[in-house]
Amino acid sequence: MRRTWAPGRWLIILPPLLFLLIFFLIPFAFAFKISFAEAAPRVPPFTDVISFTADHHLRLAISFGNYRYLLTDEVYGVAYLYSLRTAFFSTLICLALGYPMAYAIARAPRPTQGLLLLIIMLPFWTSFLLRVYALEGIIRDTGFLNTALLHLGLISQPLHIMRTSVAVYLGIIYSYLPFMVLPLFATLEKLDPTLLEAAADLGSPPWRAFWDVTLPLSIPGVIAGSMLVFIPAVGEFVIPSLLGGPNQLMIGRVLWDEFFGNHDWPVASAVAIAFLLLLVGPIAIYQYYNVRQLEA
Amino acid sequence: MSPMERRSSVALLSVLFLGIALLYVPILVLIAYSFNASPLVNVWGGFSIAWYGQLLHNRQLLEGALLSLEVALAASSGAIVLGTLAAIALVRFTRFPGRLLLTGMVNAPLVMPEIITGITQLLLFVSMVQLLGWPHRGFTTIVLSHVTFCTAYVTITVQSRLQAADRSLEEAAQDLGATPARAFVEITLPIIAPALISSWLLCFTLSLDDLVISSFVAGPGASTLPMVIYSKVKLGVSPDINALASLIVCAVGACIVAARGFMIRGERRAAMEAQLAAR
Repeated sequence: MRRTWAPGRWLIILPPLLFLLIFFLIPFAFAFKISFAEAAPRVPPFTDVISFTADHHLRLAISFGNYRYLLTDEVYGVAYLYSLRTAFFSTLICLALGYPMAYAIARAPRPTQGLLLLIIMLPFWTSFLLRVYALEGIIRDTGFLNTALLHLGLISQPLHIMRTSVAVYLGIIYSYLPFMVLPLFATLEKLDPTLLEAAADLGSPPWRAFWDVTLPLSIPGVIAGSMLVFIPAVGEFVIPSLLGGPNQLMIGRVLWDEFFGNHDWPVASAVAIAFLLLLVGPIAIYQYYNVRQLEA
Repeated sequence: MSPMERRSSVALLSVLFLGIALLYVPILVLIAYSFNASPLVNVWGGFSIAWYGQLLHNRQLLEGALLSLEVALAASSGAIVLGTLAAIALVRFTRFPGRLLLTGMVNAPLVMPEIITGITQLLLFVSMVQLLGWPHRGFTTIVLSHVTFCTAYVTITVQSRLQAADRSLEEAAQDLGATPARAFVEITLPIIAPALISSWLLCFTLSLDDLVISSFVAGPGASTLPMVIYSKVKLGVSPDINALASLIVCAVGACIVAARGFMIRGERRAAMEAQLAAR
């Protein structure tokens, strides 16, 4: 009889399970706790939420002030809405650009396919920060784009793109496009070509076959790709910070400033928790489709 | 091909090339700028490698680079071990308490905004120091937080590879008396080795690149290379950063292309061996 892993299997399961539990999941509990504290001039800079009094009684000092502050100071609402809107439209543009790209790669002959995938993947491997910086070299007033357009006589004044919403959109699309193309390609590649042949045999014109067969079957890829762009884009910090101006207030930037500028850790925690609650829906959708795809 | 189909493939290919151009033009322009003798970006002052020479004298950048390399080495190695274990657990053990939790925890870091991961992990480290007196902010905390998100990438890559791997060979080895662990090490490990190498490289570059999480957990004393670069770039375009960026992008690009070639060769050899074995 074949021996099983049974006794030793916890040696395999426990290290990653415990590590991720301690360093990924439990931190949220601490952030949750500290979001009810108050800023205080000490190390670390906040009051104790849970403490023990001298006679060993548990003492809870919960303050809802941070959440009240989030609701009353309009900066946070504006930043949340701006982040959601920017991420939503960038995701749509990525989808509009990424779908035809993925489709073209999926239809390319095998050896070319590998090369094209490598070309799409390569920017994903190279530094994110440096790529955003490289984009700045293109779109700034004295950048490549303006110099070229002025030289060609197409414009007489440089276009002001830096520190506008257009720059933030460009930055997100440029940085996250590969995340859209790859999952789309993965579902389009698995598509059975005989289905399209069947549709053609039954008299369907190609666009109709695409609409009725290809598109519905690629929905899991559309959702995975959109979530991989949308969720990180909502929380983007580097792009609005380097390319955006003071009006491109995204939630990631507000959190960063609250933490590094104002040193208000409890408010920053409350921003993070509120932000996380906003993301629970999209993340759950992503997980659902992801798990289903893996189990399939 | 009908004229309509031809038109649609021309349209598809144009979008593909437009997308690829969007991805590559900024980097190519940046590399061109790095050889510009003039410090002004819109003036071409002739070809020069002076900015590359200046990098060697920038202590702050060199120290940041050294710290980043050490962190990346430690984090990717740690993540390979944890991620492979998690992948084995998820692929081989279909039923165990906590399986759903583990699945969630390896997928969530991929989409979790870095800013949230960064602040929550910092709060954990700070609370741990209060309770246990460990870990102090710096190298250790940066490595721990990088291992966390890298583990997720390793698990996803290795998981898909393990699912594709043929289990019958391993079962045959067990039938011949090998323990499950030995059968895994001798049969399956070589099969998934290319996935391990490529995910190690991916972790290395992701760790080398991380700005947001590191900024939160590093504490006041330590600055990784992206932190140094960010504070310089925040002040505007600077020619020596162009040179540094070109170096990093080219080095990473070359490594990835080489690793890719290595992986494809490995896969071909594995396919050939499988064919021979089947005969």
